[in-house]
Formats: sequence, structure tokens, C-alpha cells
Amino acid sequence: MQDKNISANNFEQCLKCTVCTAYCPVVAVRPEYPGPKQAGPDGERLRLSREGFYDEALKYCLNCKRCEVACPSDVKIGDIIQLARMRYSKHSPSLRDRMLASTDLVGSMATRLAPVVNASLSLKPVKLVMDNVLGIDRHRTFPRYSATTFVSWFKRNAASQQAQYPQQISFFHGCYINYNFPQLGRDMVAVLNACGYGVNLLEGERCCGVALMSNGLIDKARKDAERNMAAIRRSVNELGRTVVGASSTCIFTMRDEYPHLLGVDNSDVRDSIELATRFIFRLIDNGSVQLRFRPDFKMRIAYHTPCHMERLGWAHYSTSLLRMIPGVTLTVLDSQCCGIGGTYGFKKENYPTSQAIGESLFRKIEAANPDFVATDCETCKWQIEMSTPYSVVHPISVLAQAIDFEETKKLNINNHNN
Amino acid sequence: MVENKRDNEYDVIVIGGGVTGAGTARDCALRGLRVLLVERYDLAVGATGRNHGLLHSGARYAVTDEESARECIKENMILRRIASHCVEENDGLFISLPEDGLEYQATFVEKCLAAGISAEIIDPRQAKLLEPSVNPEIIGAVRVPDGSVDPFRLTLANVVDAKRHGATVLVYHEVTELISEQGRIVGVSVFDHKTKQQKRFYAPLTINAGGIWGHGIAAKAGIRVDMFPAKGSLLIFGHRVNNIVLNRCRKPANADILVPGDTICLIGTTSSRVGFDEVDDMRVTPDEVDLLLREGVKLAPALATTRVLRAYAGVRPLVAADNDPSGRNISRGIVLLDHATRDGVEGFATITGGKLMTYRLMAEWATDLACRKLGVDRSCTTATEPLPGSNMEKVFGKNYKSIQVDSRRNSQIHRHGDMIAGIFHDTPAFSSLVCECENVSVGEVNFAINELDVNNLVDLRRRTRLGMGTCQGELCACRAAGMLARAHNCAERARTDLADFVAERWKGTYPIAWGDTLREAEYTQWVYSGICNINDK
Repeated sequence: MQDKNISANNFEQCLKCTVCTAYCPVVAVRPEYPGPKQAGPDGERLRLSREGFYDEALKYCLNCKRCEVACPSDVKIGDIIQLARMRYSKHSPSLRDRMLASTDLVGSMATRLAPVVNASLSLKPVKLVMDNVLGIDRHRTFPRYSATTFVSWFKRNAASQQAQYPQQISFFHGCYINYNFPQLGRDMVAVLNACGYGVNLLEGERCCGVALMSNGLIDKARKDAERNMAAIRRSVNELGRTVVGASSTCIFTMRDEYPHLLGVDNSDVRDSIELATRFIFRLIDNGSVQLRFRPDFKMRIAYHTPCHMERLGWAHYSTSLLRMIPGVTLTVLDSQCCGIGGTYGFKKENYPTSQAIGESLFRKIEAANPDFVATDCETCKWQIEMSTPYSVVHPISVLAQAIDFEETKKLNINNHNN
Repeated sequence: MVENKRDNEYDVIVIGGGVTGAGTARDCALRGLRVLLVERYDLAVGATGRNHGLLHSGARYAVTDEESARECIKENMILRRIASHCVEENDGLFISLPEDGLEYQATFVEKCLAAGISAEIIDPRQAKLLEPSVNPEIIGAVRVPDGSVDPFRLTLANVVDAKRHGATVLVYHEVTELISEQGRIVGVSVFDHKTKQQKRFYAPLTINAGGIWGHGIAAKAGIRVDMFPAKGSLLIFGHRVNNIVLNRCRKPANADILVPGDTICLIGTTSSRVGFDEVDDMRVTPDEVDLLLREGVKLAPALATTRVLRAYAGVRPLVAADNDPSGRNISRGIVLLDHATRDGVEGFATITGGKLMTYRLMAEWATDLACRKLGVDRSCTTATEPLPGSNMEKVFGKNYKSIQVDSRRNSQIHRHGDMIAGIFHDTPAFSSLVCECENVSVGEVNFAINELDVNNLVDLRRRTRLGMGTCQGELCACRAAGMLARAHNCAERARTDLADFVAERWKGTYPIAWGDTLREAEYTQWVYSGICNINDK
């Protein structure tokens, strides 16, 4: 009997060592936040005894998951907190929360009016109104919307040339590349093509849902997740195409948050949901892809590890790729949260917290004084670009600048034809 | 201390700081008697604090002991009113499993109704909706007004009210002698464990409410009260698996009640006769642990994969009957012995038998006897007068439930009811946590130390639930020891106290030390011996 009586409750595996709280970026700057141990496993016990023990201060969690990385007992602390927020929070999403969360909808409207939207979003009076009326902090700069979405560019300029490549993947571009920064999408296509991979749109792609989840729009998130999973299954099972994305957060969400938080099963295809840098690194590592670099590319780069990258444990794929470029001098910054937490830092009430969390990172970037910062997450990019004088570039875009495309293509496409 | 005749004379001396003694002291005080309560250790250390904490509807006894059943349901309804802050109105289900059959159910319901207990047969499907943790194989279910009650806080509230009405309460005062003059008991001689002094107190009536230890107290007067020490063991699980009390609908047997209370749930009990030499140091055996788990899983299968926090055992203060080796068939009825009529010893009475549920009625009987003997004509008001803590509406207004409070204040209200008015919570210095598992703040610990007769960490645990959570004192005990050291201005005493506390927690953990509980105990041991250099035990 005693052999069998082992707890199946994840929160009961907590030994109260409190290392999660020591690693929580919020606790240090926001005393109202009870910290991951109390908000997670401790709080779960109380909440199971009665609902009144739900603490609205759990909203301060920015879902960085650094507590889970720190936990020696493998307690899914971040998941426990997110699930508690979904189950018990009485706070219903405001207009602002809905706007911030609906990256897909807002993006598709904004791109149509991109010049107007971009111009007005950067105007001081507009920022003041957004601050006062909506509660979006006036210090924040919204990412610019692109007049042409990635998808329409791709269909017009790239789609027809993909069949020539010996291997094929589906590209999960996500909202940011599609509406705000198609250039990264173009870099993806170029780099993957050079590796011998044809790029296809993931038919029926939806927003990964991370912003919906953190803003309490769970039903919508689940619906999108189910559609994405259907699309991924078609790609992987019927077409034999791995799904590759550039954003560490989108990939993390689809791999881990879908089953843990939304109850959307992905176990059959989870291994085929890949992050671009890891995908390419592993191809190089197993000898099926080779890269050739331009000799004139010389850069000092500081790599920042996004929280979800830390949770995935994949930062070394990106840094190893960058280190392959002969002209790169790489500084890997200490892994720490930049403070943005997706839409978290856009909210007026979180702005001071957000900046206080990132402060020491900004100082370290300044001390490293690189030519630019590299990172796999778009929201980290916004935060660092707003808070430091440095620009932030995705590792794939670094590759796109550094690769000698002619030479690389020759190697890989011939290689596959052999 | 110079003994002043006025200071050491009372109308009634009550021996025993369990719920019966505390209730008797309160009742006496409410009726205007000068009363002294003496307890050799702390409040609620005996059987009072070592049971299920089940607010019996009486249904469990309906078939076998109608008198107890009637008493239970009556007291159940009274406690909901007068001790609302100690009671959780969880309801109870009596479930029938395939191995039990449904034959018992009809008799059960009929007897419940006859005893005045509402008992509604519900569809098994509905039972599963009401209590999702219940064994899905149930073939029948009856809903009854069970609940849970916190015996520590119930005892405490009685003591607080007794003191408010003029009673003197002395904990850590052990009776060493019943003072006898011309064949009559005129007082007690007690040893003060704190100051190591012997003291004498006098009263025309001494009431023995010593539970199982009442056997020994009576013996000091040369009187034989045949107690039957029946040990009952229980297991505490790490969190609440069920929210409705689960019972088996069959003749009362081992491990057939699963009670949710506070943050945990507990399964019990076993029943076996033990010797008087064992009653001060009960140990739970591996066989008992096995039995509790095996039977517990039949009530709620999830128990098989829920962490067990600790095991403990208590001794039922049953009054012995002939030819019953198990003790199961003894009436749980109240026994009031006036030793003047029974044994020819004036000035001495024993109140025993009964159970947690009927403590108030026991106190009423004992106090009625005291009033008769002392010629006081005051009737009992304890059935209607709320206990301190259960006056939320009076203190905080009709809409107190809608007042927004944080989770820590919520825990305080749950534990202390309206007494939270005495707990500071306004600044982080007071609202920060000492015990993180059970949400016990600095303010609450200060309140307990200053207002609730706390002498050591174990006392503090009984007042606040500090150290009762998953980590069993791993993080909170040293913090609390620091606060006690400051309050007592003695670091050495706090250090010894800390070692005792950790050893006491380990005693309960030891019988179930496997899996995560063992990992956590190892970690705790590492913290206390490695960091705090506490290697005493």
C-alpha cells in the first residue's frame, strides 16, 4: 500500500525550498506579489480548501516560467499560477486587455491602415489618451505595423519558387512577423531556402494564443489552439512537413502551454513543432546542412535569453549558431527577464515593475556595448530597444546577413540531390 | 508566591483543559461561579485534539446508539450557532459500496429520521456530482448534516469566554494531589511546570474532566473509575480531496470516515485497547497505516495518490463495560459521577464518557451539579450564547461577508472569527507570513502569544495552525521561535523549544515517511541540523 501511495499531485512535490521565489523577477520589485511558491503550490492547497483564498495579486505574475526552471522537484509552478488565474480570477478582461490580447484581429485591421496607425500611435497626444483612457503606458512604443503583411508578400514573391527545394517545411510566422515585421519572415525564407528547405505557409494558422491566455480570454485561446493543432497535424502527418517558427514564445506556447493550460493535446506532433534556430542547428549538427559565411561580416553581438527560451532550455542552439559565424564576437548575457512579459509591460499599472525588472539587464547590455543585441523573442526586442540605445536582431536575421547564399545553397541543394 | 487565602479559593476547580473542562469552566463562569481551570500541559492536548474533528450529525450512531445520535444532532445544531467560526458546514454522505450492499441503508435512514436527523437518499449519480472524489462504484448514498469542527479553536473559544467571565485558567499546572479533609475533597495541590513551584487551591467542589487521565485523577481520591483506553489512529492528507464528509453506510467499523477540514482531510479511525502506560505516548503502527489507507481508498480512490502529511492517535475516554475487548460497542454516552453519592466522597465529581460533539452538554450537566451543590440557581445559557469569535455579525455588521479582505486576513477570519479585531494587519511588518503553508502572519502569531496562553511552539501550533501545513514546520518553526524568544526574552528556551517542536513534527511524520513526505523531512532535517545546528533529537 505504501509503495502505491505516492502523490500524483504535482503541487505536493514541492519541498518548500523556495528557490523559485529567489529566481522570480517580480518578487524583487513588487512586494504585493506573493511569489511563485506562495502563489503556486502553497496557494493551490488553500484554494482547494475554499475559493475565497484566490489572491488577485496573482495577476502580477508575468508567466516567465523561471520558477519552473529553478525548481529542483519539477513542480509546474507557472502552470499552477496560470491555471488558478483562469479558474478563479473575478477580474474580467477590459477593452484594453482585449485589444492587447487580440494580436491577430488588431494586426489585420492595423496593417490596412498602417501609415495612419503608425503615425498616430507615435503621437504624444495619442499616447496620452491611450494611457489615460485605456491604461496602456504612455512610455511604450507600439511595434510599427507593416503596410504589407508577410503572407501577402510571400504569396506574391516567394510561394512559387519553393517547390524546387528538396525538403519542405511549414512556417509558423505568428502575428508579429505577419503584421509588424515581415522582414524577419523574408530572412527565414532566405535562410531556410539556402539550407535546402522550401518554405510553405501553415494552412489555417491562427495566433498561438499566448496573449489571449495571459489576458484571460481562455475560450478564444482554446479555439485558436485547436485550429492550430489541426493545421499542424495536417502539415506533419499528411504532408510530412515539420512546423518551424521564429518566435520562442509562439513555439513554447504551442508545445507546452497547449497541453498544460488549455488541455489541448499535442503529444502526437509536439516533437515536430520546432524553433528555427534549433531546427537549423540540429541539421548542421547531424551533417545534413552546411553553412558558408561572408568573410566581410564582422559583428559584436550580445545574446539575450528570453524567458520562454530559458524554459525550453534551447538558448544554446541560438548561441551556438551565432558562434558558427566566424566574424561574430558573442557575449551571452546572464539569463534574466527583460521585464516585458508579452503584453504585461504595456499595461500602465505594470510599467514601473516591468522597467525595474529589466533595469540590470539594460545596464549589462550597455556594459557589453555590442553592435546590436540578438534574441529570439519579439517582445524582448521591443523592451530592449525602448530601454537601451541598442537595436535588437533575431538570430535568423543575423544569419541572413552573414550567410554567403550562393555558396551555401550549392552545398545544401547538391548535397540533397546526391 | 505567598499564598493568599482569597486568591486561592474558588467555588469550583475544574481539572483538565480539554474541550469538556474548558466548556465546564465557561458554563460555571457564565453562571457566576468563581472557577479555576487547571491543565497539566496545554489546552486540547489529549483526546480533544486527537480525533477527526467531525461535526457528527449523529447518523453514525443512529442504528447502534440512539441516545448518542439524539444528543449529537441537537449539539450539532447548537454548535453551528454558537461556534460558527469553528464549524464548517460541509454536509456528509453515507455511501454504500457493492461489498456493503444496500440492506443497511433502509434501517439507517429509518433510525436517523427517528432520532431527528435529516437523512435523504440521493441517486449515486447525484452523489458523484456533489462530491466528485467519491468512489465511483457506489450503489447508494444518503445525505446527512455532518460537518467539521476545529477542536483546538473550540476549546480555546471556551477558555477565552470563561476568562472574560472571571475564570482563572492555569495551563502547565499538574494536579499532584486532591486535598482531602475529613473524607471530603476541599481542593487540589498542583505543580507549576513553568516555575517549578507547588501550589494549593481550594474549592468546595472539584470537577474531574481529565478524559482518559481522569482515571488516575480519581485514583488520587482512592476512587475507581473504570476507564477503557481505546486507541484510535488517523492519517492526515496534504490537501482537501473531498469537500463533503464521506462515511460508509454500514455498522461503524475501522477507517470509514473521511473528513475535510481547513486545508486538509483526514481518514480514521482504528480502534484497539491499550494499556494506561501507553496513553501518554501513542504511536501509530505500520499495520494501522496500511489499514487506514486500504479502507480510505474505498471512500475516495484519489487518496491512493495523495500525499500523506502525518499520522496520529488519540485515546477515547470511554467508560468501560464488561466483555468488550474492542471498545466499539461501548456507548459514547455521557457519564457524570457524583462521588458523594457513588463513593461517599464529598466535594468531588467526574464528568467523562461522551465525545467532542457533546462537550457542551457534558459541561451543562457538570455545571448543573455544581450549582445544585453550591445552592446557586442559575440556568444554563451556553446553548444560545455565541462563543468569542462567532460574533462576526455583531462586531463587523450584517454585511461582513461582502467585506473585501486579502487571503491572509481571510485565513485569520476563518480561524479566529471576530477575534481578528485584535490582530494587526495594516503594515507589511504585521501581514508578512510566518507560516507560509497555512497563511499565519506575524500579526496573528503576536496575537496568539499575547492573548491566547501560548507558552511554546506546540501551543502556538494549536492556536494558529502554524506548522500544520505541508512542510510541517520546515520554514516557519525557526521564525516563530525567534518571535517567542523576543516575547520571552530568552533565546536558549526558544532554541530548546524549537528542537522539541521539530521532534514532535517528526513523530507524526515517521509512520508515513515515504515519497515526497520523506524527501521533505530529509530537507527539513538538513535545514535544522545543517543550518540551525539543532542536533538534540
